[in-house]
Amino acid sequence: MSEPWTQIELDLAEQMRGSDIISVRQFESQELRTLLSIVARFEGDSQPLLHGRVLAALFFEPSTRTRLSFESAMARLGGSVIGFADAGISSASKGETLQDTIRIVESYCDLFVIRHPREGAARAAAEATFRPLINGGDGSNQHPTQTLLDLYTIQRRIGRVAGLRIGFLGDLKYGRAAHSLVEATAMLGNELILISPDSLRLPHRRVGELRERGTPYEETPNLAGAIPELDVLYVTRIQRERFVDPLDYERVKNAYQVDRATVDQGREGMIVMHPLPRVNEIHPDVDSSPRAAYFEQAKNGLTVRKALLALLMGAIE
Amino acid sequence: MSDSGPRRQQQVAALRHGTVVDHLSPGMALKALELIGVPQEGAALIGVNLYSEKMNRKDILKLENLELTDDQIERLAVLGPNASVCFIREYEVVRKVRVTLPDRIAGVLRCPNPNCITNHDRLETRFDVEKKSPTTVRCHYCERLIAESEFTLL
Repeated sequence: MSEPWTQIELDLAEQMRGSDIISVRQFESQELRTLLSIVARFEGDSQPLLHGRVLAALFFEPSTRTRLSFESAMARLGGSVIGFADAGISSASKGETLQDTIRIVESYCDLFVIRHPREGAARAAAEATFRPLINGGDGSNQHPTQTLLDLYTIQRRIGRVAGLRIGFLGDLKYGRAAHSLVEATAMLGNELILISPDSLRLPHRRVGELRERGTPYEETPNLAGAIPELDVLYVTRIQRERFVDPLDYERVKNAYQVDRATVDQGREGMIVMHPLPRVNEIHPDVDSSPRAAYFEQAKNGLTVRKALLALLMGAIE
Repeated sequence: MSDSGPRRQQQVAALRHGTVVDHLSPGMALKALELIGVPQEGAALIGVNLYSEKMNRKDILKLENLELTDDQIERLAVLGPNASVCFIREYEVVRKVRVTLPDRIAGVLRCPNPNCITNHDRLETRFDVEKKSPTTVRCHYCERLIAESEFTLL
């Protein structure tokens, strides 16, 4: 944190103090760029900026990376974490509404991170409390901190987050990480190549939004044809349970597996990303390729979350 | 030219006293009646897919001996951004109100996304109007874009 903060960074920090992070939609493209430059200030060791502060991490749905990286981020900033990692042990299992749960926990914490299987849950939760709240994933809608760490990874690897050709591969129908990142990269001004089997294409209404925004995009089932033109290949997990016929799953699974030979078809500098966990979409032989950026994404998640926690608590110095 | 041409025909009987809700989007008249509530007394006449010079096709709703409240009129805007409401006395229009769609709709509609939190917890629905014609709204909670054809009333 050697360079002094720029005025534009300070303005955004002021704007974000005490606010919520619910959706990438809440940011303008310039704000996203500024946010990424703020995040870079949180690389490496941290000051105990959040000493004595308590984060309530309410995970009504399973999560490993998001929950652990928020917990780690809070600990590294000197704060502590309360919460649960399974709705079964919360009062939700007794029929308590989400907003009631939030109102109760509000007295025990300074800010929230929440993951919930219902879309819109984070917004509803945020309206029930005056404490800042971060959406850690709401159904298949949004996962804004994942999007920010994805953008931050692209920024670090390629040096910019606009004017790129970004390929999204796999389950574009249900995957919220892909949905959020499609929105953000479209807003920032990129060309999107949507590569998926017919049954897992990006929902019509989201494609319609790209069209209305004037985002250049292409939908194709053909990975081999698309890969040589990409700057980023963003791979998502194809879930077996989405298929009625197991044979369809087997066919799709094999057609969309990315291995070293596949990624070597990419142009120089193309990176391969994945929100993780991966099952077999990316062969382990890609891991040693300099193109592999997925473990770095997970690491960047910590930096992004430290920055967001500090910003929302107004603890930037 | 045939007498049966749409312009020359009174397609729904005239009202003596009451309210006419005209220029509803095609297919919305039943929803409009549902939204207003079926009157306890007096007839309700519904016209669906009628010829309209302005809209090509429109729906119309005539309510005998009933004057809509401002609140009811505002709620109707969801069902037709071009709709107008005429108050009739002795067969004459005594007041005409153009319905205007607000930027935000609270209540009135149900989010069609079955996994939206508003369909599970006790929350008032809220929608931001993204486009006025044809009406497209976005759920304030789950962020789903919803076209007019998907509208269901609460």
